[in-house]
Amino acid sequence: MNQNLFTSFNIPVILGIPLAVLIIMFPTMLIIPPKNLINNRLSSIQQWLVKLTLKQMMTSHTPKGRTWSLMLLSLITFIALNNILGLTPYAFTPTTQLSMNLGMAIPLWAATVLMGLRFKTKSSLAHFLPQGTPIPLIPMLIIIETISLVIQPVALAVRLTANITAGHLLMHLLGDTALTLMSIYLSSSTITIIIIILLITLELGVALIQAYVFTLLVGLYLHDNS
Amino acid sequence: MASVVPLKDKKLLEVKLGELPSWILMRDFSPSGIVGAFRRGYYRHYNKDINVKKGSIAGLTVVLACYVVFNYTFSYKELKHER
Repeated sequence: MNQNLFTSFNIPVILGIPLAVLIIMFPTMLIIPPKNLINNRLSSIQQWLVKLTLKQMMTSHTPKGRTWSLMLLSLITFIALNNILGLTPYAFTPTTQLSMNLGMAIPLWAATVLMGLRFKTKSSLAHFLPQGTPIPLIPMLIIIETISLVIQPVALAVRLTANITAGHLLMHLLGDTALTLMSIYLSSSTITIIIIILLITLELGVALIQAYVFTLLVGLYLHDNS
Repeated sequence: MASVVPLKDKKLLEVKLGELPSWILMRDFSPSGIVGAFRRGYYRHYNKDINVKKGSIAGLTVVLACYVVFNYTFSYKELKHER
């Protein structure tokens, strides 16, 4: 039973070639760059969504921080599309693999830290000590702040992985339960209703993308501007 | 009745059923041929179903359905045990 449950998270392989590369590139086929002033419906909806998220994310930054807008926008689009496409049946979600999330989290976090250290050395180092701490507490607090800084990329990656994986796993489990409970008629209908509700709340996996990008933004913002 | 257009240049819907194996064998299977076939298929779907004034959700649903079938065929081996 253990092996059956986790096989949906295996990387699909055909003839030894990992198919995950194709699946990661699939969301790019759904995003169409707008060609005319007024486009078809799909492009217009995408344009509107892009404008909405861009305004939401980038207005609180200085012009220097706004040079990151392309990076952050493509990040949120990538993660959102991958998570949503993973909700279709039999799909493989690349964001369930910790390797990919670490590959996204560590470079971006390191970039914000290095940028802060390079351009605003004093103020980024000053973040390690909140204002108005009593003097005996200072050594311990610096250690704690350093740990909380270093744990940021790990937290970003593990948060995304764990949330998506847990949601998918729960859906698999509930689906199996509903299937085996078909013989007992009454419970199966309530179980299926719970599955549907869970699927809808799992589409708050999109909210998780927001959480990802926003925590990334918070790090960028704090290191960039004070 | 003899075909007026040579077999190689016919599109798929115009090929008669008896001629189908020879038509398939005559297609261009080089890498650039396969890439060209994918590009033509993509643009045909895009221009017919999505790039119209009042495109509906059916254009996108076809893509998603193909994605589901694609993933099902590649996970068939593991799913076989669940019978």
